[in-house]
Amino acid sequence: MASRRVKFTYTAALIPDPVIYELGKRFPIVTNIRRADVRETFGWVILEMIGDDADIDRGLEWVRGKGIRVDPAGGDVVEG
Amino acid sequence: MSFVKCLHCRECGREYPIEPLNACDFCFGPLEVRYDYDAMARAISRERIQKGPLTLWRYIDLLPVEGTEVVDLGTGFTPLLKAKRLGKLLGLDNLYLKNDAVNPTYSFKDRVVAIASTKALEFEFDTLACASTGNLAGAVAAHAARAGMKSFIFVPADLEQGKMVGAAIYGPTLVAVKGNYDEVNRLCSELADLYRWAFVNINMRPYYAEGSKTLGYEVAEQLGWRAPDHAIVPSASGSLFTKIWKGFNEFSDLGLMGPTRTRMHCAQAEGCSPIVTAWKNGWDVVRPVRPKTIAKSLAIGNPADGFYAVKTIRNTGGTGVSVPEEQVVEGIRLLAETEGIFTETAGGVVISALKDLAQRGVIKRDEVTVAYVTGNGLKTQEAVMGLLRPLTIDPNVNAFQQAMGGR
Repeated sequence: MASRRVKFTYTAALIPDPVIYELGKRFPIVTNIRRADVRETFGWVILEMIGDDADIDRGLEWVRGKGIRVDPAGGDVVEG
Repeated sequence: MSFVKCLHCRECGREYPIEPLNACDFCFGPLEVRYDYDAMARAISRERIQKGPLTLWRYIDLLPVEGTEVVDLGTGFTPLLKAKRLGKLLGLDNLYLKNDAVNPTYSFKDRVVAIASTKALEFEFDTLACASTGNLAGAVAAHAARAGMKSFIFVPADLEQGKMVGAAIYGPTLVAVKGNYDEVNRLCSELADLYRWAFVNINMRPYYAEGSKTLGYEVAEQLGWRAPDHAIVPSASGSLFTKIWKGFNEFSDLGLMGPTRTRMHCAQAEGCSPIVTAWKNGWDVVRPVRPKTIAKSLAIGNPADGFYAVKTIRNTGGTGVSVPEEQVVEGIRLLAETEGIFTETAGGVVISALKDLAQRGVIKRDEVTVAYVTGNGLKTQEAVMGLLRPLTIDPNVNAFQQAMGGR
């Protein structure tokens, strides 16, 4: 089993969608929210995803396909 | 012996032992080094610092390293130059340039990697690693060579050859990753979990980041033990920006100088300015962006310390300036032509931001102002190639005089 810490960033239009619920239904992935800030215009959620690597990759691809931005939870690691 | 107490989470405050960790297990917040400042204050003095080497290691008592066996390439204590000609042009009588482009691998990244590599040896790692598009790659490869460590440097496969050479010469394993910026990011985050390497800005990040404080200490010491009225700092992850402020404050809190009232100004290029955008809009969250800027060393779309950088701008009465892309090269040129310093694109961003702040009257004529020049122009020559217009002549005096007449 693999674990990945990621940050989802939502635009206002996507906030009403139950994306994290659906992610857990569509893929064999356990999601565990650790911090979040969701407002009327914008939102982010930092969560842990636990599952097989391939399932996590497929799940994240599906999340991106919904228009949600996915980043490493700790920020970008590529530096100048 | 250091004055380090523990690591602590910047979000929830939970404490952790001094280990290669960068995130809180509970809330995934970033970890930072916590010191015993009372004990530090009893030990530290101006005299003690002044007796130290003319490198960043003169501040060893304020850094998170344990012994005196440090990885030393002679980094730090770089010149603070009074900029009379540029100052005159901008209407500033007390303008200074902190020229960190003269570090061993020609950027401020030597400071952070000096601490990260020293700490990596303390933790008994044999390998340093990083993901970089330039400055960090060279600094990590050089420090690994100096320390006798192996190194892995991950770069995007389309990186300019000149930049790869600047790291490859030190003998690392250079890995060119085919993929876009996000894919390189993702791969490196995963590799950091898989291998027992000291990934300087991942598992070493709490220690690595502390190296940037020395840019605050040095400026304060070089100004005669006082903080400037204004500091203009280039920002990518936001770490350098917040740590310079931390450096000024630590000197004040430790009684080494009076109170710090510096207004911290954050300079970003328009094509990647998530911190400045958040500040301008009054947001307390930083919305990630896709970087599209010629200032490659500032191209971090999802800045790890962005939230803290915005807070620092607000708490200090500072500002954020997003410099139009076409003014980046103008800034490089202005600095080179007035002060004889050839900086990279991040420096161009800083000088153009400085010009903007001076023209808008944010900085007053007599206020002590420091602009941070953090990297060398030889690294980003492609950005200024358009300025190259030599007089091409036949080898005789007449041809020269004719060519001059045309000017």
